[in-house]
Amino acid sequence: MAIRVGLLIALLALAIAFPQVFTNPAVTNYGVFAMIFVTAASAWNIFSGNSGYISLGNAVFFGSGAYALGLMAKGWNVQGATVFDLLPLVGLIGAGIAVIFGLIALHVRRHTFIVITIAVFFIFQLMAFNFSFTGGSSGLNSPFLTWQPVPYNQNFYYIALGFAAVTVAVAALVRRSRFGLQLRAIRDDEDRASGLGVKTMRVKLTALVITGSITAMIGGVWFYYINQVQPQTGFDPLWDLQIVLMAFLGGYGSVSGPVLGALIIEPGSLWLNTQPQFSGGYLSEILLGLIFLFVVLVMPRGIIPTGGEWIKRLRTRGRPAVVPAAVTEKVGVAVAAVGGTPPLQPPAKDGGQ
Amino acid sequence: MTALLRTEGIKKAYGGVHALTGATISVDEGTIAGLIGPNGSGKTTLFNVITGYQRPDEGQVFFGDRVITSLAPEKVFAVGIGRTFQLTRIFPRLTVLENMLVAAQHNRSQRHTVRRRAMELLEFVGIHKHADLLAGSLSYGQRKLLELAYVLIADPRVILLDEPAGGVNPTLINLIADRIRELNSQGKTFLIVEHNMEFVMGLCSSVSVLESGSCVVSGPPEMIRTDKRVLDAYLGADFEDDEAGQQGPAASPGQEDPSDVTS
Repeated sequence: MAIRVGLLIALLALAIAFPQVFTNPAVTNYGVFAMIFVTAASAWNIFSGNSGYISLGNAVFFGSGAYALGLMAKGWNVQGATVFDLLPLVGLIGAGIAVIFGLIALHVRRHTFIVITIAVFFIFQLMAFNFSFTGGSSGLNSPFLTWQPVPYNQNFYYIALGFAAVTVAVAALVRRSRFGLQLRAIRDDEDRASGLGVKTMRVKLTALVITGSITAMIGGVWFYYINQVQPQTGFDPLWDLQIVLMAFLGGYGSVSGPVLGALIIEPGSLWLNTQPQFSGGYLSEILLGLIFLFVVLVMPRGIIPTGGEWIKRLRTRGRPAVVPAAVTEKVGVAVAAVGGTPPLQPPAKDGGQ
Repeated sequence: MTALLRTEGIKKAYGGVHALTGATISVDEGTIAGLIGPNGSGKTTLFNVITGYQRPDEGQVFFGDRVITSLAPEKVFAVGIGRTFQLTRIFPRLTVLENMLVAAQHNRSQRHTVRRRAMELLEFVGIHKHADLLAGSLSYGQRKLLELAYVLIADPRVILLDEPAGGVNPTLINLIADRIRELNSQGKTFLIVEHNMEFVMGLCSSVSVLESGSCVVSGPPEMIRTDKRVLDAYLGADFEDDEAGQQGPAASPGQEDPSDVTS
């Protein structure tokens, strides 16, 4: 426990020190994007990772947040950094969209849910293209902040880092809470959960609202960082896939998994996109697809859980760390059982912990 | 004694298939009631209707004096009716202990009490050593026990068990029967669907027989065992031949024979 806390503090210190050590805007740019995606992937995980409802439409919140902040800043003529005071309002808008989104989509499950999230996503993209107040296909530009180039990226980095830290903390709290337990019970067997008194709709909707509001706020930050949003960048189908891939690669459902996934994929694809020899960023998209295939086929549970298992196996030298109660039929589901023969009755002598 | 759980004239059809055609049963408080019937006679459908998983087309479900027809499953559970499923449904990727906590309605301050209670119940059914394992790694019989245990944690007044002895080895069947008896002596009411006749007859104080979606007979096990209509409808002609010597021709008084009993 103490080691974990120490590690966490060290990581946070590293994250805080990063833009002080590397002041070059070209480098801090990586940091800003990484933190934005850590936030978005962790937020995705709070709802989808825990409940098993895979959303491919979180860009709805992200883009809406960007547009909402842009429209508010323009409409109310907000200048300078005070625009960030509007972020809670953006979060509220994200929450409102999540409620409507959820009331429509959460009545269906699994594949149907995924399809509906994609449909909702395209509805939002089309709205952004076609409404006049969204600026159509040319989108919105943000009012310029008066920050100098050097602290510009740093400032955004710390804002995004703040969001990332809070989101990860929220994810950890959810994970430990009774609410999180109910979400995971819904993931395993929703009908059974409702038969045990879990108010499933309310629980799912609450989780989606948390995810939606965080994603919308970070969308607002992103918009101000890059100064503009267009329908195809705010509501980007690849963005959705990236978020999901980050969570899957790192470890879907775990708290640290999406963070790790985001830290690997976002800087990686950003770097590939800026290399002139890999013209136009196609390579990073192909690579993303390949990583997706690799993750799904080779380690469907992601780096964190699979790595944890490997470490456990090394420590116990191949013997199971805990004696499994019985061998399960499905390898994919059996997790604690790392091999070993099952005693049918409770193990009396050989309960090697 | 008053009926704690009662259904009246429940009808439920799936398209042209009439699963329930006016099922009326009643379970007295503090008893262990059995519900038997051939495959497809509507036992599980009746369970689903009682616990809110399916809405009946007609008829009412009463819990005490309260009408609970068509309440959502979580509300039926909150009223005090817990159930298990024919094919056990546990949460495979939660630990055994976490499985227990899903059903426990508690807040932060009660956390420790609830945990202790969960461990007690796991000990009661004999799987406490596996508390930290993923429930998916339990054997089928252990899952049955876990399902029984986590229904108990919310302290329901009536527990509906759907084939608690199905696919379980004899030792475990005895353990399950013992636990049911013990809980019953503490005041819990049970309604049990089961195909294992020995289990039902040994445990239940009254048995209802469902056939083609309605209750044909109900009464104490001794009466059911010798009822001709039950033997015909449920146990089949073979049983009748084997047991012909012991069997009295008369059905229980006051109940009519179905019109055709040719076999």
